Amino acid sequence: MTTPAEQTMPTPDTSVFDGITADADAIVARYPVGRQRSALLPMLHLVQSVEGYVSAAGIKFCAERLGLTEANVTAVVTFYSMYKRQPCGEYLVSVCTNTLCGMLGGDEIHEALKRHLRIDDNETTADGRISIEHAECLAACDYAPVVTVNYEFFDQQTPDSAVELVRALEAGDLPMPTRGAPPCTFRQIERQLAGFPDERPDALAGGGSGGEPTFAGLRLAESHGMADTDGDRLGGGGGDAASGHEQAGKRVPPTPQSGDREETTRVTSEEPPQGGVARKAAEHRDDAEQGMRADRGGEDD
Amino acid sequence: MPITPVLTKRWTTDESWLMRTYEDDGGYRALRTALGTPQDDLIQLVKDSSLRGRGGAGFPTGMKWGFIPQDDGKPHYLVVNADEGEPGTCRDLPLMMADPHALIEGIVITCYAVRANHAFIYIRGEAVHALRRVQNAVREAYAKGYLGGDILGSGFDLELTVHPGAGAYICGEETALLDSLEGYRGQPRLKPPFPATHGLYQSPTVVNNVGTLASVPHIVSNGADWWKAMGPDKSPGTSIYSLSGRVKRPGQYEAPMGTTLRELLDMAGGIPAGRDLKFWTPGGSSTPLFTAEHLDVPLDFDSVAAAGSMNGTSAVMVFDDSDCVVRAVKRWCEFYAHESCGKCTPCREGTFWYVQIYERLERGDASEQDLETLLDLSDNILGRAFCALGDGAVSPVTSSLKYFRDEYVAHFEQGGCPFRGRGRARVKALSGSERA
Repeated sequence: MTTPAEQTMPTPDTSVFDGITADADAIVARYPVGRQRSALLPMLHLVQSVEGYVSAAGIKFCAERLGLTEANVTAVVTFYSMYKRQPCGEYLVSVCTNTLCGMLGGDEIHEALKRHLRIDDNETTADGRISIEHAECLAACDYAPVVTVNYEFFDQQTPDSAVELVRALEAGDLPMPTRGAPPCTFRQIERQLAGFPDERPDALAGGGSGGEPTFAGLRLAESHGMADTDGDRLGGGGGDAASGHEQAGKRVPPTPQSGDREETTRVTSEEPPQGGVARKAAEHRDDAEQGMRADRGGEDD
Repeated sequence: MPITPVLTKRWTTDESWLMRTYEDDGGYRALRTALGTPQDDLIQLVKDSSLRGRGGAGFPTGMKWGFIPQDDGKPHYLVVNADEGEPGTCRDLPLMMADPHALIEGIVITCYAVRANHAFIYIRGEAVHALRRVQNAVREAYAKGYLGGDILGSGFDLELTVHPGAGAYICGEETALLDSLEGYRGQPRLKPPFPATHGLYQSPTVVNNVGTLASVPHIVSNGADWWKAMGPDKSPGTSIYSLSGRVKRPGQYEAPMGTTLRELLDMAGGIPAGRDLKFWTPGGSSTPLFTAEHLDVPLDFDSVAAAGSMNGTSAVMVFDDSDCVVRAVKRWCEFYAHESCGKCTPCREGTFWYVQIYERLERGDASEQDLETLLDLSDNILGRAFCALGDGAVSPVTSSLKYFRDEYVAHFEQGGCPFRGRGRARVKALSGSERA
């Protein structure tokens, strides 16, 4: 059925996607024969790698490749928050404002960035460079509050460090994320999301195995000289493993007066080794928390 | 100190994400053992270990595998739920970033056991740092013959597809995830039938969490008794506890199931000086809040349930007496309203009205009647929503009202949030009255 509105709408021109038809076919080939619709989510990421958003032409392209209607595809596009319906900036800045990040400073960061950029949530600067959005929990709560740029993590941010980060983006001087690869553009990251790996030589190692919060428990274990609990992997360390299990398996009542706490504080209170923006963020963290609390006390109206 | 690195043990190794590092540490040896073991024996081994799913519900993994009908002539699938997004939960992405091969080895063993020849890792889209490592590890595993045709000469074939999501919390719900993986809006399906018989493409499907699968190689290598020696009998093994919020050293702490918050706080350096523990989640925002009176509850599936909450994903978010519980719960309500898929009325409408009432509370023009409405709404969501998202949305609302009703009342008696603009003395006084 064709509605009058559709009759007057111009047919989208999909020629902008001519260069990615082979890539689209490669995505389809990842799924079992006859299950090509499974390729839709990655294919929409691929479409965003060309235009920076999902346009009417992008919808038509996916529909044609997969034998779907444009309505089928539109229904999917509108469901997922990573598909943008307006052209996204070169750098998509996402600020986690879910409860934990928000209360540890994410709300202030979000406000500071909107003020600095003079745009509102889900908007893009006039030069097309930076878009801002608030994000739901980004699964990095131990690094709170977090900001991502094209989904690469900048951990333990403050309003000041986040504005500094955005200033650097505005100047085209891309800082390294705390955990992740050297930044690239929104369109480039969308290509990775479509399943085409980042071939830059330094991309894979970017961010190492994680940051200090990731290792918090391991550092404690190391400071206590704890053996690997996995006997088999140590090659014949079964005896150690057995005693370890026994110790681990018995639920003893907590003994807060035990020496553990002192030891813990002493060994791990050193400043974690971090670089760049992360270090600055860590330096600012205490100040910011104090500032935040001071703010609460000061908003008396 | 109960810290017990098993799943986390390789995380500080240099280039921990590479095949050569993993193999040097004995990686993929469990796979060789598994491929020489009858498949039903592997399923029995995992049943004997009492491993329970790490995705939140704690369903026995071996039993789930055992539900897959064999010799039914249909293709079987394994779908890895790597769509980590429950607020507070942050352990699967670090695992995939630091040690992706542990997941892949677990996947191959599991697929062999349940006779699946195609597996999918549904990984959250906003996690490119983990996606990159997983993509690379899959490529390495194909090159080494751990994936593909005739794996290690066993005659077993396995294709593994990495599938990125596109930003939707609901896709962590297993049937919504399956719909999303099939290229639809991520909306949950009616159960039964369950994925074990009618899952991906209406075929028998196992859906397992990342941590569950990464535990499998350790159990194959060390045996069911070794796993059961850690933690309580019915909820054994280690759990990666994710501590966040008002603690000195937030982070990942792997310890036997059944570790208490008191012990975890000891490990994490405690609460910042001069502050007191106020409320916390044992397993993410969808698990009812606990307070200081629950410091000694063993954090395992059964003990937490007995104490009135859920162990969920061991995502421990800690808040102190400077934090307003109404503000915290309001934000979670906004999250659930945003992420409700809209399929069922109780969740779609209920979470919307939650937000309206919490906005009134923060503005200072709510009333006693609104608190009754919150409870009434909760009664109409809990157990009546199509999937667990709705039930999860109820948890912070009803539990915060149970423990902190005075603080809600203060919001309308004092014309707004008592934590804003009235100074610390006011906050302290209020906190004191809650505990009395």
